[in-house]
Amino acid sequence: MMLNKNNILLETKNITKTFGGIHAIEDVNLHINKGEINALIGPNGAGKTTLFNCITGFYPPTKGRIIFNGEDITGLKPHQIAETGMARTFQNIRLFAEMTVMENILIGSQCRYRMTLLGAILNDKRTKNEEREISRKALQYLRFTGLSKFANHLARNLSYGDQRRLELARALATEPKLLLLDEPAAGMNLNETKGLMELIKKIKDEEITILLIEHDMRMVMKIADTITVLDHGIKIAEGTPKEVQKNEKVIEAYIGRRRRTA
Amino acid sequence: MMQDIKKWAFGSLWLFILTIPFLGIINALYFLVSLIVLAILWFIYKPFEQNILDVQSKLLQLPMPSIRWSLYFVIAILVLILPFISDQYITNVATSAITYIVLALGLNIVVGFAGLLDLGYVAFYAVGAYSYALLSTKAGLSFWAVLPLSAIMAAIFGIILGFPTLRLRGDYLAIVTLGFGEMIRITLNNWDSVTGGPNGILNIKGPATLGLSFSQPHHYYYLIIIIGIFTIFAVNRLNNSRIGRAWVAIREDEIAAEAMGINIVKMKLLAFALGASFAGIAGGFFASKMKFVSPESFTFFESVIILCMVVLGGMGSIPGVILGAVVLIILPESLRGFQNYRMIIFGAAMVLIMLFRPQGFIGGVRRRLELHPEDEKILKQETESLYDVKQK
Amino acid sequence: MLLQQIINGLTIGSVYALIALGYTMVYGILQLINFAHGEIYMIGAYMGIIAITFFIYIGLPDISIALTLVLTFLAAIIFTGAYGITLERVAYRPLRNAPRLSILISAIGMSIVLQNYVMLAQGARDKIFPHELKIGGELIIADAHITYTQVLIMALSVLMMSGLTWFIKKTKVGMAMRATAQDRRMAGLLGINTDRIIVITFLIGSILAGAAGVMISMYYGIVNFYMGYTAGIKAFTAAVLGGIGNIPGAMLGGILLGLLEALGAGYISSEYKDVFAFAVLVLVLIFKPTGLLGERISDKV
Repeated sequence: MMLNKNNILLETKNITKTFGGIHAIEDVNLHINKGEINALIGPNGAGKTTLFNCITGFYPPTKGRIIFNGEDITGLKPHQIAETGMARTFQNIRLFAEMTVMENILIGSQCRYRMTLLGAILNDKRTKNEEREISRKALQYLRFTGLSKFANHLARNLSYGDQRRLELARALATEPKLLLLDEPAAGMNLNETKGLMELIKKIKDEEITILLIEHDMRMVMKIADTITVLDHGIKIAEGTPKEVQKNEKVIEAYIGRRRRTA
Repeated sequence: MMQDIKKWAFGSLWLFILTIPFLGIINALYFLVSLIVLAILWFIYKPFEQNILDVQSKLLQLPMPSIRWSLYFVIAILVLILPFISDQYITNVATSAITYIVLALGLNIVVGFAGLLDLGYVAFYAVGAYSYALLSTKAGLSFWAVLPLSAIMAAIFGIILGFPTLRLRGDYLAIVTLGFGEMIRITLNNWDSVTGGPNGILNIKGPATLGLSFSQPHHYYYLIIIIGIFTIFAVNRLNNSRIGRAWVAIREDEIAAEAMGINIVKMKLLAFALGASFAGIAGGFFASKMKFVSPESFTFFESVIILCMVVLGGMGSIPGVILGAVVLIILPESLRGFQNYRMIIFGAAMVLIMLFRPQGFIGGVRRRLELHPEDEKILKQETESLYDVKQK
Repeated sequence: MLLQQIINGLTIGSVYALIALGYTMVYGILQLINFAHGEIYMIGAYMGIIAITFFIYIGLPDISIALTLVLTFLAAIIFTGAYGITLERVAYRPLRNAPRLSILISAIGMSIVLQNYVMLAQGARDKIFPHELKIGGELIIADAHITYTQVLIMALSVLMMSGLTWFIKKTKVGMAMRATAQDRRMAGLLGINTDRIIVITFLIGSILAGAAGVMISMYYGIVNFYMGYTAGIKAFTAAVLGGIGNIPGAMLGGILLGLLEALGAGYISSEYKDVFAFAVLVLVLIFKPTGLLGERISDKV
């Protein structure tokens, strides 16, 4: 694995998060290279989502630092982190259910524009131009994710797979450098997963770095450039899919557990 | 049919028994008879229900923009000439209705847009009214100077009261706002040296401009129309702006909104402050018109009624909220003939409207997003997409 | 002085607690602020006086005062129970899947209806609790006077609250109630008739409020048609203070609110006693946003 300092987009240094004395994650050091698809895997309860929540500011870490794009973002609020160029999706879909698909994406794309009260009420030329840009961009992401024909549908009326895709489109619309996807393929059928994989590759082509949590091993092995494995809150392996597949600890964490539960 | 008859028979009998101790046997029998009459009317209505519903839904949609605009136009003309075609009483009722439109639209920002259930909204109305009363009687400032100050005072209170509630959700927020409302009313009631206690503040000056001092009801009527138009305009602009979208996003899912870069704290406080400032304006106007304020005008019941206007009309929808405010002001007035029965009918109407239209008069109709023509074209071209798995 | 205030606080606090239980149980299952619950309590108070008047008319107190009081309580709770389940059937059940605020408006509407119904039926003037049945006498401990009415209120409240706790913890229906409060859909799938559970919840809540109404009319000696409003707000505050949806929380919140009010009125200012109660509520919620005993409902990210 390449560990070129200049090429690192996100780095966590000894991130630890405890809930009531229990370590959800402990001393995790993560390195995400620019432009790659990185996967975060591990058995249930390994602390993957907790790590996500620490990175995106929803949980303040108990210990450790998070460096993003050369900046220390530890302790920033989620909305500030979004502004630094990080966007995420959620394990259980979180859409703005009573808003249209288009409006959902507009929320994402307006992230890069200032909101002023005066602008809103006067609706001056500048505001109008910005609004036009915002909706132009939103349309672009509608197209990109193939949701155009649902533009005026309420988000809650979309099919499950489309809702996942909309969440992705909304995150993309914030124009992130790093996109964090929390189990994007969960609950999808084969066809939908296939479409999603193509979409993720297409996002990579746009030079957006991706960090994803995923359970679907086949998918991870196919698309990930690097994989980090967590177990019981501790990083037990990291490397290319091939390296990770052969790693004893990983096999123990997965197979061992499966045998025990079976 | 048989089922329905059974239901009505059982229900009537049940209610009859329940009311006996309160009404006495004779009156309870009258009540039973009226229930039976109601049941008969229901069975006459039943066969036509579908037709009536169809007509209703057609009326509610009013799809043609031209029809809608001409309807608005007619209403606008009627509103403008109202003082000339009616008497003082109606002008006063209309003035009060528009005051409540301003209040309801302000509360709609907080409840309808941002989704923060505020049961103490009347506090800001009170702050506006008392600010006006004090500034005008003690500092001797003119209406035009005081009205904005009332709005600003109310907005400041909105932020002060909003701040500790930011972490609270749903019904916890409701009870805390209710508590704040009561605290302000009780303070007004007891802080005699400043607020005059239960007696309130008397002899408040009305507005005067260009040598015209406001004395007639229609003077105030036109003044509130200007305030009302300003409110509708501003709230409508807000609704269609980034700020409005951000509010709705917070209402729908706070966590996701935060992840999309929306500053929740700032936006919630902005909603509280703006909502409050409209109440402040309405309060200032109220004080100047009544020439008198007292804590009695700012009870919890007022908050409840304003909330009902918002929900009854259809949360988040501006025409809906306006309609809700008008109905809830006109309804009790038009029921004056029923005297004592007025409030009971009023309450029952609230229940019935909710039972038949839970989403409010004009709820659930979402505005179609207006796209620019060229974008519309792109949209059409995009109906078939490479990445749409479903189509494969 | 202190002891006296504490006794007064405990008395009124137990009444708040009984009403708060109705709010909290309904909230636990339906996430609905049953706005008309205060009116049920008011109806209980009226029903007590109506029943007593009737019993005096037929001469029952001459035979046994204790029996009269027992029958009065019975009549009151039977009717408040019936009003409670009627309320649910008429104004809430049809709106089970409607937006939550719509149900709130429906509840507010019912509150207005019930208040004005009682005003029309029983007159706008205060009703006096018949002096024939007032329980005289008092205990004197140190400087504090504890009337027998206060003793009765506290004893009955403790009895009812323990009964409720037992019912919820030990009986089958109680367990079904807890299951329904946890997850209504799941409880339904497991074969629990959730509609029935909801009716039972309203029934129990209304019975407690009805008993509280009778007790308060004995305590203060007068009732009026708008008494449900203030008591309702107070009791709801108590429920939130303890953590809404939480049954021991409602009891604790009620008692605490009563004590705060009595002490605030005694030592600070009686005009501002309500401000004091709300201020404490706000403070508690700022530091513990889900109330004293409420669970931490952190949003699952």
